[in-house]
Amino acid sequence: MKSFIIKSRITLIFILIYSIFTMGSFAFEFNPGKVIFKDHFFSFFKEMILFLPIMFILIGLGDVWISKEKVEKHIGYSSGIKGVILVILLSMAQAGPLYGAFPVTYLLWKKGASIRNIFIYIGAFCTIKIPMLAFEIGFLGLKFSLFRTLLSLPVIILIAIIMEKYFKNKNFEVHEVL
Amino acid sequence: MTILLIITGICLLVSFFADRNKTWTGIKKGMKMFLNLLPVILLVLILVSLLLFFLPNETIVHYLGNNAGITGYLFAAILGSIALIPGFIAYPLAGILVKNGVSYPVIAVFITTLMMVGILTLPIEINYFGVRTAILRNILYFLGAIIIGFLIGLIYNI
Repeated sequence: MKSFIIKSRITLIFILIYSIFTMGSFAFEFNPGKVIFKDHFFSFFKEMILFLPIMFILIGLGDVWISKEKVEKHIGYSSGIKGVILVILLSMAQAGPLYGAFPVTYLLWKKGASIRNIFIYIGAFCTIKIPMLAFEIGFLGLKFSLFRTLLSLPVIILIAIIMEKYFKNKNFEVHEVL
Repeated sequence: MTILLIITGICLLVSFFADRNKTWTGIKKGMKMFLNLLPVILLVLILVSLLLFFLPNETIVHYLGNNAGITGYLFAAILGSIALIPGFIAYPLAGILVKNGVSYPVIAVFITTLMMVGILTLPIEINYFGVRTAILRNILYFLGAIIIGFLIGLIYNI
């Protein structure tokens, strides 16, 4: 708790300043302050404060039930369509930022995954992680999420094929970074 | 919202019958993540509220709306490539932007570059792949994101 407060102290100070500003606005009938709070801040806040906890429970459950190690065991050497599908499934089960994908690509590379599959992994990791899909559907709607995912897949695979063609006879390597 | 509630409810029930302890750990984990993120989310909400107050709705629609054209895409792509925003914050933000007139294709470009192109994380990527691979990957994904945006635009305009 203490380390949390220290870590986000700048954020907390800002929130405090805003709270004082808003309370002042209401006390002294300062209209812009009231509009910012009522028309913008509170209408966003109200929606999210219901939405986010439910979403995070879902993410927490996914985290407990789908272990990274279990999926990683099944991956790497299989090639062809099966390899592609496995790589996409693996990436969907992950969470975290882009640079979180790189250590896993090293693992894939060591296990003998093709250049194409490594880049499919990165692309799919970025765009179709399951926890992120839950967020996307929640805030932007199923239609948008579905189309974006379906359109992203061919683009990702195409880029991976281009990368493989380009690096085929040049010494491509993934380094271990400690 | 209702779908999310139902899905979470079913997952909770199934998980609870399968393993009570695991379910509690999962809920606790999720709540901890939520509380850790809450200050940042509040900060983003405050900043967006201020921005939307000072930036008239017409301006947003003009530059990032349905008829903004290629400039809207490029602006979104560059912003998404530089910004380092986790998805947990990016999606709520995108939801607000859509409600205020930003078009879905522009949002698609922003989200895709945000997730796939990392200019600030390029040094990390270079450590793993080397300079040439890292730069080529980012350029291709940048272009790919704009293509995805155009395709989304086609679908939404039919």
